Amino acid sequence: MTFDTEYFNIGYLDSLSYKDTFVHRIDPRVKLIVTFIFILVVVSFPKYELSSLMPFFVYPVFLLTAGDVPIRAIAKKVLFISPFAIFIGIFNPLLDTKVMVTVLGIPITGGWISFFSIIVKFILTVSTALLLIAVTSFPGICEALERLKLPRIFVIQLLFLYRYLFVLLKETLRMVRARDARSFGKRGKEIKTFIRLISVLLLRTLEKAERIYQAMLSRGFRGEIRVSKRHRLKYHDIIFAIFSISIFFLFRNFDVVDYIGEILNRSFR
Amino acid sequence: MSHHIVELKDVYFHYPDRTEALKGISFKILHGESVGIAGANGAGKTTLLLNLNGHLLPTEGEISIGEVPLCKKTRQEIRKKVGFVFQRTDDQLFMPTVYEDVAFGPVNLGLTEAKVDERVRNALEMVGCLHLSSRPPHRLSEGQKKAVAIATVMAMNPDILVMDEPASNLDPKSRRQLINLLRGFEHTKIIASHDLDLILDVCERCIIIKEGRVVADGYTEEILSNETLLEENNLELPLSRQYLHIKQPF
Amino acid sequence: MHMADALLSPTVGGALWAGTLGAIIYSAKKLKEKMDEKMIPLMGVLGAFIFVGQMINFTIPGTGSSGHIGGGMLLAILLGPYAAFLVVASVLTIQALFFADGGLLALGANIWNLGIYPCFIGYPLIYRALVKKDKSAKRIIIASVLSVVVGLQLGAFSVILETKLSGITELPFNTFLLIMQPIHLAIGLVEGFVTAGIVNYVRNLRPDIIEDLEGVNGLSSGRSLKKLVIVMAILTVITGGAFSWFASTHPDGLEWTIEKIYGKPEIPEKKNPITENLSKFQGKTAVLPDYSFPAKEEAGKQPSWPAVDAGTSFSGLVGGIMVLVLVVIFGLGIKIIRRYKEKT
Repeated sequence: MTFDTEYFNIGYLDSLSYKDTFVHRIDPRVKLIVTFIFILVVVSFPKYELSSLMPFFVYPVFLLTAGDVPIRAIAKKVLFISPFAIFIGIFNPLLDTKVMVTVLGIPITGGWISFFSIIVKFILTVSTALLLIAVTSFPGICEALERLKLPRIFVIQLLFLYRYLFVLLKETLRMVRARDARSFGKRGKEIKTFIRLISVLLLRTLEKAERIYQAMLSRGFRGEIRVSKRHRLKYHDIIFAIFSISIFFLFRNFDVVDYIGEILNRSFR
Repeated sequence: MSHHIVELKDVYFHYPDRTEALKGISFKILHGESVGIAGANGAGKTTLLLNLNGHLLPTEGEISIGEVPLCKKTRQEIRKKVGFVFQRTDDQLFMPTVYEDVAFGPVNLGLTEAKVDERVRNALEMVGCLHLSSRPPHRLSEGQKKAVAIATVMAMNPDILVMDEPASNLDPKSRRQLINLLRGFEHTKIIASHDLDLILDVCERCIIIKEGRVVADGYTEEILSNETLLEENNLELPLSRQYLHIKQPF
Repeated sequence: MHMADALLSPTVGGALWAGTLGAIIYSAKKLKEKMDEKMIPLMGVLGAFIFVGQMINFTIPGTGSSGHIGGGMLLAILLGPYAAFLVVASVLTIQALFFADGGLLALGANIWNLGIYPCFIGYPLIYRALVKKDKSAKRIIIASVLSVVVGLQLGAFSVILETKLSGITELPFNTFLLIMQPIHLAIGLVEGFVTAGIVNYVRNLRPDIIEDLEGVNGLSSGRSLKKLVIVMAILTVITGGAFSWFASTHPDGLEWTIEKIYGKPEIPEKKNPITENLSKFQGKTAVLPDYSFPAKEEAGKQPSWPAVDAGTSFSGLVGGIMVLVLVVIFGLGIKIIRRYKEKT
């Protein structure tokens, strides 16, 4: 991705996170924990499980639709990162050539099944992670992390990084555009130019840190920063948590898909 | 009354690399006065301002704010009285939301949560940004950021407001709103700016700094009409003054 | 290189998260003890700097392909190991959330792979040792390249180990090794040079800033750091030990290790492949989800996994499609409900 596109991508997801829907209003701790459990459960499926993964799409779909997230935003990102998963997973069908199953007369090897299993797991985990940030503001996530007992220094670090990320992105965007305007093809993007560019950026950053520190001092800063706690756990948060986690375990331990498949099978015979 | 005086007595300042920035500055500002500081680039305006807040300390001479002499020990106390609004708002708004930024000062003053809330609301109300309190700063326009930056300082109930180039980067409407806002404040105001029209609108007194020295100190009206003086300092007549003699329409 | 959720098993992912969280808590504690309050805005802005810096591409000489810096070593040089580690962790966290770089489960592994080695091994053991007596530009280049290369090699190797232990991909260990290590050697050389270039440039322009930072990060080669270094060295040895463990063709050893991690009460006879014991049926009745064991491709055996057989697979396929259709309908339903609510 070019600098430009990445810049606008972050901004876009960030702006989505400030919407106001039912999903956005759920306590960030709950969303964080539920998402994490979701990922754990999905990833816990054995190598050759494919169909049993399907019901899990209900969670990202729920976040997407109830959270008013445009599907293109998520789909584009998932597509963009997929080559990596494909590259790693492609060895499976190449090396694992024992035929496991024959469907409609076509033999399918274990390798292909595990390959698609990886792909599906990949889509599920990546889309859900993106949806998490699309429906939860980043400060909300930080608040959740602090309440979950992560060290405050680290949470403050996250908040400051987030705050100044957009500032630095803008500044750097200008620099990169200026560089690109004067480089033709590969020239200008050499390491030497890069080192100069980034060193200047570093110096500016260090000076900026100095100024911010001064601003903090001028408002009485003495070393402690408080992370504001705006969210309170409500009943519907807990119900959502229990409900989702139960569904995940249900799908994990009972072959719902098979069941439905059997029913369909029989009803069409 | 006396605790609102800003007094500089023969103040010198040089940077670590020996550049002399202030060479013997003296003036006195009384409670409620609105003073503009103008001058060429590099004349020493920003350095002067930074000395007023204790970010820099005079290498010679004395600065007293409300009869308290400025030194390392007293600067934390003095900062409670002197609200400094930086030129770049991004340097000043460092918390995740507007509310938390404005609350930063009061929280550090040790106020109770209820009191902090009161201060924040009042300050945001004052600058007309109460509706922005849960926004993150990077989702504000420059004008809104400037207003919020002022609120962050106002929430500490300072006696003196010091501002460095307040209207830079503002679009005309935001600039006008800022000017109106400043005119409404009763605090002592010290404003460094290239925007001479702003100084004309907001400050009744004007000090011109040249090469670290005061070269003019008096009524804004007079000083900013003195073309020779202005030219000597890389300045021009304020735009609103430049075409006064042209009255006929096209 | 980033790990991805889909390639990790819950056990490996969880273990690395535990390690990373421990390291974060430890670093935070250490930092609090001797931190200058100025570090707070400094760390934040430098985090943003690294984040942004990673987005700028440059062409790698000789190859024509583009690359970007990692930044762990640069941060360690500027901030000291503890602060640098936290900054690396924060950058990766935001990348995981906003870019889905890797994933949330893999985040633990990524922070470990990309943070621990440069900050706690490369920087203190190699860079500082080399730069202590001689701070010339040349020395900085050598120190930087060496420490970055070592850090990246360890990181790359960890990725391979983690993938192997998770057993999701069939990628053969040796192939993976042969791809990863040389690539990261090249990346390390480049990043080492770039890091040194930046440090030297900044030092020339503003020597006061570097000195200032060295004071601010409060890093002292006190006893605590030595202890940490020893712990890290031991960990490296263990990692190396695990490597030789795998290199041997004793799959039983691997199964035994995994069993211990997994905590099964009984260890079946070594002759039986473990996979036969873990049938889908057990998976259904267990409270915690099971996961599969890696296939023993060294022995050339095909996995005797009974999970998918001809009969059930067809209903699986049909069922799977049906479920997807249901999910889509569910989603559309929600959209309609929302639109209705908005109108009223």
